[in-house]
Amino acid sequence: MAKQPKTAMTRALQRRENIAGYLFMLPSLIFFLGFVVFPMFACVLISLTDANMISEGMLGNFVGLDNFIKLFQDKEFLEALKNTFIIVVVSVPTVCAFSLWVGSAIYKLKGPVLSAFRCIFYLPVVTGSVAVTVVWQWMYNNYYGIFNQVLGPKGLGLIQGRINWLGDERFALWCIILILFTTSVGQPIVLYVSALGNVDQTLVEAAQVDGATDFQVFWKVKWAQMMPTTLYILVITTINSFQCFALIQLLTKGGAGTNTVMYHIYYTAFKLTERAGHFGYANAMGVVLAIFIGILSAVQFKLAKEK
Amino acid sequence: MKIQSGRSRAYKIVSLIILVILAFLFAFPLYWIITGAFKNASDINATDRVVWWPSEWVGTNFDNLLDKRSAPLWELHVPLSEWFTRDHTQIVFSTGPEVPAAFRWLINAVFMCVAAMLLTCLTAAMAGYALAKKRFTGRAILFGLIVCAMALPKQVILIPLLKEMNALHLVNTLWAVIFPTVGWPFGVFLMKQFSEGIPGEILEAARIDGASELKTFSTVVLPIVKPGIGALAIFTFINCWNDYFMQLVMLTSNNNATMPLGIATLQAETSTDTGLLMAGAALASLPIIAVFLTFQKYFTQGITMGAVKG
Repeated sequence: MAKQPKTAMTRALQRRENIAGYLFMLPSLIFFLGFVVFPMFACVLISLTDANMISEGMLGNFVGLDNFIKLFQDKEFLEALKNTFIIVVVSVPTVCAFSLWVGSAIYKLKGPVLSAFRCIFYLPVVTGSVAVTVVWQWMYNNYYGIFNQVLGPKGLGLIQGRINWLGDERFALWCIILILFTTSVGQPIVLYVSALGNVDQTLVEAAQVDGATDFQVFWKVKWAQMMPTTLYILVITTINSFQCFALIQLLTKGGAGTNTVMYHIYYTAFKLTERAGHFGYANAMGVVLAIFIGILSAVQFKLAKEK
Repeated sequence: MKIQSGRSRAYKIVSLIILVILAFLFAFPLYWIITGAFKNASDINATDRVVWWPSEWVGTNFDNLLDKRSAPLWELHVPLSEWFTRDHTQIVFSTGPEVPAAFRWLINAVFMCVAAMLLTCLTAAMAGYALAKKRFTGRAILFGLIVCAMALPKQVILIPLLKEMNALHLVNTLWAVIFPTVGWPFGVFLMKQFSEGIPGEILEAARIDGASELKTFSTVVLPIVKPGIGALAIFTFINCWNDYFMQLVMLTSNNNATMPLGIATLQAETSTDTGLLMAGAALASLPIIAVFLTFQKYFTQGITMGAVKG
């Protein structure tokens, strides 16, 4: 844009725009700056201190990068980091692939049938993490849970005896991933259904005239056009998987090899352990988590752009 | 060609069958909550058989839930009021008879969600309009900040947020959950997307007619972005209801708990009484599902609009 010579008139107009713009922004800015941006910066600052639950004001003593150095020698944290990565690496691709399949299978169905399917796949999200967790805990129960009854000798006979699903290191993390999966596909399906509906039909028809098979039409035409949607889904699913908290807190309390970074932050900050209420240390974990999510989102953006 | 179409029809039928099975599996936990809430103890604790359907429908689980504890029907903390009273105490309105705690949790949750919803819609509609249509200085920087903040996991800022709420004496009031929800920039982003669609000529016409900025906003802008506000309202309501982590950290007393949080504390205390927990889970999930089903159309719109330029 070329700079125009500013006359008194345009300057007065610009001032009017500025005043009106900021007045309209003001109510939202108070909340945004006060309860999001300010804590964001405070988070970084606190991570450089030894602040704890009872220290005066926001900050404790400045300790430099000590928290971060300690962090990468802390076995529990590294374990939590590993579990978090397993959850993300497993759930993100499966959620995307599954929702893409469901989306493409239902998007051509008639209105009411389509919205019925969409609703049902969205139900676990709306039901809320606490209610979902409570019922899954019952279903996984060792003695009267439905999994052991259906899979056990009196049901399908797939397993011998009873499995302590949430207490056994071999299964617990996968049980959590399964619940996370059912509560994560709702939004991606809605997004894919709408993206598939918006695919440019003239391109699809052109490809069909040229003799492309359904499979080719899908990958060469539709998939390319849905790339922004896929990218968005990748990012939100990654963030969701990283944040997996309620399931852990209510089901295993981080036991049986299911500790995640998010739960570990909570545990370090609020539960009475030898590190009771070490806000500085817990915040350092938060900063590391945010950096990981930032890097992953950036990589996903880059990959999607190259395609 | 014929074989091709035959094969694709077979594929369609098979995939539809799989879809229906999956739909049943996805709906199953909810079915299990609702039937579980009405099962008697021997049905629930049966170890040798699966009780697919309650052998008798009983209300004892709900009775147990309702006489667990009691709380005053309604309490309202006036935020920041201690700054203005002479002895620096917070103004708290409290009324009503003692009711079962579960009622109070329900009232708390509804109040929290409605307040967050109204505040979010109002502030986001104004800010979204300004970001989309006002060419004020610093607009690009502000919008960049908003997009960056959206990619941040909300829970990461929780500890400084708790300290801040503590300093403002808002911890253990519903406001501690409401204010950060309102501040979350997704709403502003969504409303900006919607406001981009307002034709500039209409705004110009309103200005030439001598309408003030506020008048233009309320009579021209608001009617156009109404579907966006509907989407945002329902989105905020559901997200706020289900934001368990925030509620867990900010609300520390039983009286101020919300429905999901109350059920979680019950789970921690009495994890053996499954029937009671299912009754609680039913009360925690059915209101929100009802809201979702009623405003489903807006909700779907909101999800897709937020992603268009995400």
